[in-house]
Amino acid sequence: MAYKIIASECTVCGACEFECPNAAISMKRDMYVIDAVKCTQCEGHYDTPQCASVCPVPDTCVLA
Amino acid sequence: MANFVSLDNLLTPTSADAMREALKASGCSSSSCGSSAGAADLPPGVWHRIKDHPCYSEEAHHYFARMHVAVAPACNIQCHYCNRKYDCANESRPGVVSEKLTPEQAMRKVVTVANEVPQLSVLGIAGHGDACYDWKKTKETFSLVSKQIPDIKLCISTNGLALLDHVDELADMNVDHVTITINTIDPEIGSRIYPWIFYKNRRFTGREASQILHERQMQALEMLAARGILTKINSVMIPGINDKHLKVVNAEVKKRGAFLHNIMPLISDPAHGTHFGLTGQRGPKHSELKALQDVCAGGANLMRHCRQCRADAVGLRGEDRGQEFTLDRLPDEITYDPSKRQAYRAVVARERSDHLAAKQDARMTLGAADSDASILVAIATKGGGRINQHFGHAKEFQVYEASSAGVVFVGHRKVDGAYCRGGFGEDAVLDNLIRTLEGIDIVLCSKIGDCPKKQLDSAGIRVSDEWAYEYIESAISTHYAREYGAAFQARRA
Repeated sequence: MAYKIIASECTVCGACEFECPNAAISMKRDMYVIDAVKCTQCEGHYDTPQCASVCPVPDTCVLA
Repeated sequence: MANFVSLDNLLTPTSADAMREALKASGCSSSSCGSSAGAADLPPGVWHRIKDHPCYSEEAHHYFARMHVAVAPACNIQCHYCNRKYDCANESRPGVVSEKLTPEQAMRKVVTVANEVPQLSVLGIAGHGDACYDWKKTKETFSLVSKQIPDIKLCISTNGLALLDHVDELADMNVDHVTITINTIDPEIGSRIYPWIFYKNRRFTGREASQILHERQMQALEMLAARGILTKINSVMIPGINDKHLKVVNAEVKKRGAFLHNIMPLISDPAHGTHFGLTGQRGPKHSELKALQDVCAGGANLMRHCRQCRADAVGLRGEDRGQEFTLDRLPDEITYDPSKRQAYRAVVARERSDHLAAKQDARMTLGAADSDASILVAIATKGGGRINQHFGHAKEFQVYEASSAGVVFVGHRKVDGAYCRGGFGEDAVLDNLIRTLEGIDIVLCSKIGDCPKKQLDSAGIRVSDEWAYEYIESAISTHYAREYGAAFQARRA
């Protein structure tokens, strides 16, 4: 399982990009996307997924 | 939204005298963001550092412009007065921005503005997220810009959570001014303002979140003060939540070395989609804000000229020329040309000494009036410290309080939907103006039509264009002496 970003809700603030311990988040055509292959839901790094914890919009970084 | 200062007439003249004449008729949108103190009221070292900073010195805001670049969109806190999804070019308030910039784009924008706006003295990063949390972009922007324009003043505005981690770098980069938003020092109150913070790789909520934020803010403030960085505290006044508590905040931040305290009214329009907006939390009235500012006036230096500008604002405070410098209008390559900024500084130096003399005369006139009357005067101005705006063009009025003790700037009042656009015949517009000018004894402007003047007269609002293009203090003192001076007292006796 991996996280994904709901593009219609995303404000493109970029906080998730630099918090991601796996460098799984990058900008693709004006939008941030999560590389499902690299995403580990932060297991082994942190107790909670960083993208979902820092995201300012509820229900925008969610399980795919 | 603008009320643009016409810069054409500042730029076309070649001689300093011609430029000076032009300044009389135009210039900055006067009076309202920073200390009201002038050279005489501050230690010389501090005055020297803030005298060209429109957000710190009320005097400077008559002459100098700031710009914000929106390079730092990421934030580590959620505040109940902020909704990050909302963005509109017609909105003027903190945290709002229309175009995010990379540090390189921001550098090109700053140089373009510096070449065209000679008043530019300050570059700020105020989000629209948090400048210290989104640190890499803030740092890179400052470094690129200072290489091009070494004398531009750099400042940041932050919520203070991540500030502690970057104090040394800020000092190294010569960032001379830092603003921290501190709404409370009580975690219980904080829990009603901040639903969560992101700290040490997790989300904290409730009292715990506010406790962490509070401790980090206070430590950062003390560290900045120890390094001699001028620190201003912004507080949002939220009726029923922190309004009574801000007096305590004022004393606490002063104790820890804050240089200025700026109490701003909550903006909570439901259309902005913020938690406070959607739950019906109201903002303070003019009179409530002023009462609180008056109570705090004995504490940290109080600032009353803040305009709560956008995170991508460009220009003199009270105007926003951001729309003239959007990304698509920036040249790909640009070289900084310092000549206009230098010429402008020479002009301002002379204009300022004139203004200072006028202010001293005004103080004498008021003192001689020897009256116990205290009045509020609203001024329509485009800047330069003069009454130089048509009543109908005013998007806001500067409010001054006059008594025998002197003339002090006490705030500005925005005009919702200026009447020249809506048509004066509409009752709603007139009602709105009457509300805006509540408690004002007289409005001074450069011109007003006979018809609106009559209508305002019948509504009990006095407006005069007798002192067009005079310095604000000169006009107010003359009016005061005439109405409340010896002759008045003789009449009354």
